[in-house]
Amino acid sequence: MNPERPSGSSGVSQPRPSGLFAFVRKYVFSTDHRVIGVQYFLLGFVAALIAVVLSLVMRVHLAWPAVRLPLIDRLSPLGAPGGLLTPEYYLSLLTLHGTLMVFFVLTTVPQSAFGNYFLPLQLGASEMPYPRLNMLSLWLTLASLVVLLSTLFIANGPPISGWTAYAPLSAAGAIAGPGEGMGQTLWTFSIAGLCCASMMTAVNFIFVTLRGRAQGMTWMRMPLTAWAWFVGAAMILLSFPALVVDCVLLLLDHLAGASFFLPAGLVMSGQVLGLHGGSPLLWQHLFWFFGHPEVYITILPAMGLTSHLVSIFSRKPVYGYRAIVYSTVAIGVLGFLVWGHHMFMTGMNPFAAFSFAALTMAISVPSAAEVFSWLGTLYGGSIRFATPMLFTIGFVSVFVTGGLTGIFLAQPSVDMYLHGTYFVVAHLHLVMGVAVGFGIFAATYFWFPKVTGRMMSERLGQAHFWLTFVGAYLTFMPMHFLGLKGNPRRYSSLSAVPFVASLRPVHIFITIAALATAAGQLLFVVNLVWSLLSGARAPDNPWKATSLEWILPSPAPFQAFATDRPVVQTDPYELGVGGNPEVYVTQGSAPPATG
Amino acid sequence: MAFLVSLAVVLLAVSTSVLLLLSHQGWLPPAVSLLAKAVDRQFDVTFVISGVLFASAQLLLATFIWKYRSTRRNARVMPMRGHGILQGIWTAAMAVLFVWLAVTGFVPWATARATERIPGVLVVEAWGEQFEWHFRYPGPDGKFGPVHPDLMNDGAGNYLGLAPWRDPASRDDIVTANLAVPVNQPVRLILRSKDVIHSFFVRELRIKQDAIPGEEIPVHFTAAKTGTYEIVCTELCGMGHYEMHAKLFVMTESRFEKWLRKMAAQQ
Ligand code: HEM
Ligand SMILES: [Cu+2]
Ligand SMILES: [Cu+2]
Repeated sequence: MNPERPSGSSGVSQPRPSGLFAFVRKYVFSTDHRVIGVQYFLLGFVAALIAVVLSLVMRVHLAWPAVRLPLIDRLSPLGAPGGLLTPEYYLSLLTLHGTLMVFFVLTTVPQSAFGNYFLPLQLGASEMPYPRLNMLSLWLTLASLVVLLSTLFIANGPPISGWTAYAPLSAAGAIAGPGEGMGQTLWTFSIAGLCCASMMTAVNFIFVTLRGRAQGMTWMRMPLTAWAWFVGAAMILLSFPALVVDCVLLLLDHLAGASFFLPAGLVMSGQVLGLHGGSPLLWQHLFWFFGHPEVYITILPAMGLTSHLVSIFSRKPVYGYRAIVYSTVAIGVLGFLVWGHHMFMTGMNPFAAFSFAALTMAISVPSAAEVFSWLGTLYGGSIRFATPMLFTIGFVSVFVTGGLTGIFLAQPSVDMYLHGTYFVVAHLHLVMGVAVGFGIFAATYFWFPKVTGRMMSERLGQAHFWLTFVGAYLTFMPMHFLGLKGNPRRYSSLSAVPFVASLRPVHIFITIAALATAAGQLLFVVNLVWSLLSGARAPDNPWKATSLEWILPSPAPFQAFATDRPVVQTDPYELGVGGNPEVYVTQGSAPPATG
Repeated sequence: MAFLVSLAVVLLAVSTSVLLLLSHQGWLPPAVSLLAKAVDRQFDVTFVISGVLFASAQLLLATFIWKYRSTRRNARVMPMRGHGILQGIWTAAMAVLFVWLAVTGFVPWATARATERIPGVLVVEAWGEQFEWHFRYPGPDGKFGPVHPDLMNDGAGNYLGLAPWRDPASRDDIVTANLAVPVNQPVRLILRSKDVIHSFFVRELRIKQDAIPGEEIPVHFTAAKTGTYEIVCTELCGMGHYEMHAKLFVMTESRFEKWLRKMAAQQ
């Protein structure tokens, strides 16, 4: 249908000499949004793999502290002598795990990987408006990842301050603890780099949405995935600068002898630091001004995809399209007004605490509205249970569970008990880890045919779903119980405090569940590789879906919409036309004569 | 497949709800203050509301998956695009419910942080440092002497850098490794830190408050039951975070006086 267009027909030149150079130009230093999307996916994949392994090391250490772990003493003879983790090395791995997951997996994959590939296609744009910026963003992300991982190989290892890097622990330098010197400095460079890279991607997303839409692709005809990427990009552009500033100030504290985050009169290891009054809370305010929008940046694409897939696999239009659009925008706005709910115990003024609590509750309302819409879309449908739909159903279930625990945490009084315990760990892993993970899996199974021209194995996919769905609940539900018992988070050992030690059986259960769930992910890896090599050939529109990328051949060709730009005449979810689940209209194709 | 998925979701909803309800009594450690009881009430209300929402959302999900699975017989769909009024009612109901929770869920927290002077309150400082707690009682003069960072010396036992030889207010200050308070006595605990951020947490009091260097943050409680409770640190403060704990002794008035005299003698 759409043969690859010869080079030179577009703004971005793609020289075609043969051999290695051509390969490198096309697949390594590419400015093509599709290639960049795939590269982001691979980057996130590697980061996720490492982060999962780290979490298993931590879980095994917590449950069975006497077990000698293989290989890790080779990586760090100091941090894991004889295969036994030291407390500080546990915290180093904890920091790396959280940082990799939040920044390099959950931010990068839903937004930069899938968004890069499919946002332009769903809008009918031929390319990203700034392809070189896009490429720069990818390579900056990779550089940031390398810098972060390099901390594993330096003398005192990665920082021990967690992904939130609270000052003064993160700001005072090596005297505050192992990894707080060079390790923390490298961490800060890495995060600042990643933030800048994400902002570049966001600029592309915003401009492709504002300027690149095909004729007839009005705002209210945009697929809800596109809406989610757009609002997510706007949130990135407005919130990530706060973290960049935070990182710059932290670097000044580390490298230039400044004390933005260090108050006067600090005494560490018996030494007076001799500083002039900075504010530790400044770090937290800037961090959470970024951090709360960030958690919604990770989940908005998954929420958009859920709306999208619930409709396609129920064979009927989205229930309450406009309500979802408005909810997405409302989440985008309110997301900037609630950061203080992470800081209820910092000595906050009661008026501020009250406002933050009320606004936090307010942001649950659009989330509840979306859940209502998803259920409404399922209602009266003709539901097909392909793997992408299974993960979408899983997403709805987990999002409800994890969202409701947010209702506990949003109340200062209840948070006073639960803050800093495993209850928060359960909450954040259910909504951010598991739910966004389900979104990533659904997206992979759904779009794999468009990217590779092959279908993924349904059989492996369904087995993967069951192991993940059951395993994730078994792993994270018991953490609520630990939190209710008051078990603090970020403890490297259960042995010191008696009531924590008595909870060890629960920790053992969680570790076993986590190991099993992680093993289940091998099915996903196998499926990816096997399907890539010998999956069934994919038709152009295997799911009978309605957004623009599906009028293209599979795999999607280079700059598909550059010359024959599609004209959109229909809504994004024209499914079940006339009550018939088989009748649908894909955007960009001619609308039915009757109807 | 439809059957399996909806069965899984039903099982999840039912088993979780049953498990939680059965074990409900034993979840939280006993509450030993009025404030803790108020927190528990708020927790219970939230639990019931979110439990109902949880079970109904999961059960609806399961029902729809089962009922509207694709079969030859139900080969029609209902292509409705929304019901403005129904969605509006749902959204408004959630808004009212959640904001009401925010208002009520704010009160006990604020009570613990009320700033007005409570008559007869016992004022104690709690200091965090990597990785131990120290507590300071002002002594008979009711005044805390100034602290001097340059004099802080754990090896010499001058944890808080006091200079009793030149600060009269420091002379009767009592610094201890554990916290003791009389039962039914209102306490104003002032959280301070020497180095990084720590967080003071006593489960049975439902009290948590960060100790932030450079700041003095008060929190109030009245323990209503004698006993020994664990004080732990709930803010990541470095490699020894997991072992940073101390004891809270809630004693009768007379035993407390004795304890304090004993501690004073050890200074
Ligand atoms: C639906 C309504 C939600 C409410 C009311 C809510 C509320 C809260 C509150 C109050 C906290 C602070 C808890 C504490 O530290 O004591 C928190 C933590 C957190 N929430 Fe949520 N949340 C909601 C949804 C979400 C979603 C959708 C995500 C992610 C996609 C998310 C991710 C997180 C994370 C990552 C943290 C912990 C950060 C950390 O301390 O490491 N939350 N949430
Ligand atoms: Cu938040
Ligand atoms: Cu600590």
